[in-house]
Amino acid sequence: MNNSPYSLQPASVQSVMLRVLLALLPGIAAYVWFFGAAILVQIVLTSVTALAAEAAMLKLRGKPLMMFLTDGSALVTAWLIALSFPSIAPWWLTVLGTLLAIVVAKHLYGGLGQNPFNPAMVAFALMIVAYPSLMSQWPAVGAADFTQYMNAIFGLRQLDAITMATPLDALRTALHSADAPATVAGVLGSGASFGNIGGKGWEWIALAYLAGGLWLMQRRTITWHMPTAFLAILFAVSGLFSLIDPTQFAPPLFHVLTGGAMFAAFFIVTDPVSGAATPKGKLIFAAGAALLTWVIRTFGAYPDGIAFAVLLMNIAAPLIDMYTQPAVFGHKKPDGDTR
Amino acid sequence: MEVSRDPAAADSMISRLFTFKGGVKPESHKDESATAPIRTAPLPSQLIIPLRQSARAMARSVVEPGQRVLKGQVIAAAEGAMCTALHAPTSGTVRAIEPQPVPHPSGLPAPSIIIDPDGEDRWIELQAFDYRRVTPEQTRDYLRDCGVVGLGGAGFPSHVKLGPGEKGIETLILNGAECEPWITCDDRLMRERADMILGGASIMRHITGARRILIGIEDNKPQAIESMQAAVRHMGEADIEVVTVPTLYPAGGEKQLIRVLTGIEIPYGKLGTHFGLQCFNVGSAHAIFRAVEHGEPLVSRILTLSGNMANPGNFEVRIGTPIRELLPVAGPRADTDRYLMGGPMMGVTLESLDMPVVKGTNCILAGSPVLFPPPSPEMPCIRCGACAQVCPAELQPFDLYWFSRAKIFGKAQEYDLFDCIECGCCSYVCPSRIPLVDYFRFAKGEIWAREKEKAAADTARERYEFRLAREEREKEEKAAKLAAKTAAGREKAAAAIAVAEKPATAPEEDAKKALIAAALERAKAQKEQAHPGNTVNLRPEQQAEVAAIEERRAEIREMAKPHLRQED
Repeated sequence: MNNSPYSLQPASVQSVMLRVLLALLPGIAAYVWFFGAAILVQIVLTSVTALAAEAAMLKLRGKPLMMFLTDGSALVTAWLIALSFPSIAPWWLTVLGTLLAIVVAKHLYGGLGQNPFNPAMVAFALMIVAYPSLMSQWPAVGAADFTQYMNAIFGLRQLDAITMATPLDALRTALHSADAPATVAGVLGSGASFGNIGGKGWEWIALAYLAGGLWLMQRRTITWHMPTAFLAILFAVSGLFSLIDPTQFAPPLFHVLTGGAMFAAFFIVTDPVSGAATPKGKLIFAAGAALLTWVIRTFGAYPDGIAFAVLLMNIAAPLIDMYTQPAVFGHKKPDGDTR
Repeated sequence: MEVSRDPAAADSMISRLFTFKGGVKPESHKDESATAPIRTAPLPSQLIIPLRQSARAMARSVVEPGQRVLKGQVIAAAEGAMCTALHAPTSGTVRAIEPQPVPHPSGLPAPSIIIDPDGEDRWIELQAFDYRRVTPEQTRDYLRDCGVVGLGGAGFPSHVKLGPGEKGIETLILNGAECEPWITCDDRLMRERADMILGGASIMRHITGARRILIGIEDNKPQAIESMQAAVRHMGEADIEVVTVPTLYPAGGEKQLIRVLTGIEIPYGKLGTHFGLQCFNVGSAHAIFRAVEHGEPLVSRILTLSGNMANPGNFEVRIGTPIRELLPVAGPRADTDRYLMGGPMMGVTLESLDMPVVKGTNCILAGSPVLFPPPSPEMPCIRCGACAQVCPAELQPFDLYWFSRAKIFGKAQEYDLFDCIECGCCSYVCPSRIPLVDYFRFAKGEIWAREKEKAAADTARERYEFRLAREEREKEEKAAKLAAKTAAGREKAAAAIAVAEKPATAPEEDAKKALIAAALERAKAQKEQAHPGNTVNLRPEQQAEVAAIEERRAEIREMAKPHLRQED
């Protein structure tokens, strides 16, 4: 016997997760267009690994298997890992990362809804610390065919020919090199990995993610707060420093359209479980993540700082929520006529 | 965000509507029951009228089993401030006054008057009440004795709501929003008896001295709006306005409707009267009109029978009609698996069809596995925030859920649990299918129970401490008195010895005498010492007082016992 309400809107965790997966499709399509089908292989790898790890952990924890296996959350984690790792990373790297995400970051913390850290970002952070070079080898645009990618992923041949540094990495290395001081304009104009605004190919993928993200927003799966705050603050802070010293600080559009910024704005910082949940809290959370991302990108040792930025903000999320509780109905005091 | 109003009503009193945050748009299902006119339900074989009206109000029966009653005759009188009178819904014979299952969340049987109808349905002599010639208090008392309560569901006594409150009532709001899906009794009432509703509103305005009357109706009831507007024009009274509000559940919630119409947010624990407002269901206005103008006490109401029914519609039903006897008029379908009292968002499942229709019953909804499929299994909360987006009280239900589930009730209260109006929007949208409202009901119940317990324990502890202090004080007083007496005795003895020793005329004899006297004195003193209590040689009134004190003491000890044991 259940109690009111008796009529419920058709909704499920599964449908939420499915919408996220659907929203990733434009980005994945653009990815394939520019960097080949290797990413699809990675998605299959991470998906299979995630589902297997999820099933094993559910079994170990004595949880209903089908109910949770079909909720789609493991698949979302898997896809996010595949899309944030280099698409030519060796198979064991993505598999290991996925295992860590599902087993440690998710289930050891209590499973669905309980993880304090974004599992995909845990995987990325652990792998980039453990295997910095492998995690920094990204494919060049149109550099290889499918066989070469397969060779790279499954470790059959050296892959120098098809890899290159990401735009962020290239920029950072050039700017930080001691003997030949470079300027942002010089580096960005040097072609190679740089496109019109962001990285070659990457800027289009970013726009595809933007399209998927806007659709998620329109479907009210995510609210406007996080993506807007993330992109706005990243834009603002990089813009400010770019104005102060355009030779040493990359321009704002470059930051927003490069690396994982757009992907993170709509698909990573918006993870509801590990992020802040109040409207104001969401703004602070995403703004903090953006600020840290820029700091790590500009001054840090790693090419992209999103994973660390998000994990750091994950720690702060409960506190942010606590201090940003919105006033409830009848308890606001704008005109002084209530309360 | 403010919605601009229909330009046709540009000259209206209120120039804009406000919105409340949140809300959901469930399928309305109004057409099923709204198309047919109100029908009269047949006379049942028996009528069951519960004496209990709320947690705080129980009417006192004034009839005896076997007594003949006429329709509209008082069968139970109002007892206490929150109570209203009850009346025979038809003519007949009182069969019994005994506990019966009644539609109340507790599910406990309540003492009820059972009437066997005689089939004549004969009224008492009806007489209009000239409210213009009497004081508002007298009209309110009259309404109490006519048994008029709010018909929107909560059943709050109307005479109480019509009281002046702190600041008086400046604006009367008639609630015709009827936001719950399926329910159309107010819709039909507004379509068919708009003039009576307005008549009631006019009487309420007279009682309260309110300046203006706003009638809020959701825009999914165009005929009702039209009918009410026509009636307003026809009546010709100033400052009455029919306001179309957007259809959004729960726009018919009292606080939500007040917010939409006036922009005022009434916080938990405050009443409309704190803000010069009072809100009445249109059905209540209709009942007030009939009571005053026709002299008819509240013996029937309009209710919707809908859901899994072949012939849904609205019916004028006598209060006390057993639901089982009422259902056939609407023809419940064979696969009906349950009946709800109220709508699908806030209604309750009827445990028994033997329960009677009460004054707050606005709808009986037949449910089926198709209409109301069982919810999917509960999943963990993923903090997606959908609940917070739809909460009209602007709460963070996912936080409250966590605190309620973990029984961290202090935190739940801190996060304004009691501002939850249990509208069900959060449960309605939750993708994890968490019955959030159930968790909140549970937490509220637990907190109430604990506070009650704590209050009882506090009282017992206070009494116990008081007793200890008093016993201590009495002991000290006794000791002081004793000390005083003993000292007095010694002095006397010493004085006697001194007297005996002083004139040494016959030393031997005198010495003996003195010794004897001293011994006697000592014996006397000892005797006094043996009865040190202040309970001897008392005047009768003092003795009575002592007896009363002892009695009270024993009583307090009895009362304190269970609590003391609990505290252990």
